[in-house]
Amino acid sequence: MRNFYAFIVGGLFGAGLLISGMTNTLKVQGWLDIFGEWDPTLAFVMGGAIIPMAIAWRFVTGRKPVLGGEFDMPTDTAVDRRIVVGSVMFGIGWGLVGLCPGPAIASITFGGIGGLTFMVAMILGMYIAPKFRTALE
Amino acid sequence: MNTDWMMGLIGGGLIGTAGAIFLLVNGRIMGASGILGGLVHRSGMTSAAEKLSLIAGLIIVPALMTLAFGVKPTFLTDNLILVVIAGLFVGIGTRVANGCTSGHGVCGISRLSLRGIVATVFYIGAGGLTVVLFKHVLGLI
Repeated sequence: MRNFYAFIVGGLFGAGLLISGMTNTLKVQGWLDIFGEWDPTLAFVMGGAIIPMAIAWRFVTGRKPVLGGEFDMPTDTAVDRRIVVGSVMFGIGWGLVGLCPGPAIASITFGGIGGLTFMVAMILGMYIAPKFRTALE
Repeated sequence: MNTDWMMGLIGGGLIGTAGAIFLLVNGRIMGASGILGGLVHRSGMTSAAEKLSLIAGLIIVPALMTLAFGVKPTFLTDNLILVVIAGLFVGIGTRVANGCTSGHGVCGISRLSLRGIVATVFYIGAGGLTVVLFKHVLGLI
C-alpha cells in the first residue's frame, strides 16, 4: 500500500512538473534571468504547490500518517554553513542548465543524451557529497 | 504565451497535492533529492521500495504523457561539459544542504521552516547570479 501511494505521488509530481513547464530548462532559466526577458511562471508553480502543502501541514500535529508509523519530520533544524554552501552550489548548477532533481528525473525518458548525462553527474555528485558535508562541519 | 502562468498554477497545484498525499498518507516529505540521494547512499534503504515506487511514478507518468500528447522539449544545452559540471553541483549541493526545490522550496516554505526559507533564498540568489554572469557577462549559456 505504501508503494502504491508512493507511485501515485510520483505520478502526480511528474504530471505537475510537465504541465507547469518546469521540465523546460528555458522557462527555469528565464525565471532566474531578472536582467533578460523575465518569465514569472516558476513563481506561480511554487505558489500553486505551497498552498496544498501548507494545508496538509495543519493536519500533522497530534495525528499519525494514514498508513501508520510516525511522520518522518526533518531532525536537522540548524541553519548552518552546510545549508548555505550546499544551496549556493545547487543554485549554481541549477542556473547553469536549468535543471533541478525533480524535473531531471521526470524528463529522463525524453531529455535525450544531455538529460541522461545530467542524471549520471548528479548521482555521482550525490555519491561524493558526504565528503563535502564532513569538510563543512 | 499568456496561459503559461495558469498552467504553472495548475501544475504547481498537482505538485503540492502530491506532496500533501505523501505527507499525510505515507508520513514522508516529498523531496526529489532526498529520495534519490537516500537510494544513492543506502541510508534510506529501509524505505527503498517506497522511494523506488515514487521515482517510477515520476518517470512513467511524464513518459506516458509525452507519448499521448507529444514530447515537450527540455531545451537543455548541448554543451555536455556544462551539463556534467551542473549535474555535479546539483548533486553535491542538494545533499550537503539536505534538500532542493521540492524539499526546501515546496515542503519547507509551506511549513515556514527557517532552513527551507534560507536554502531557497540562497539557491535562487546563486541561480540568478549564475544566469546573469554566464549569459549576460560571459555569454556562455
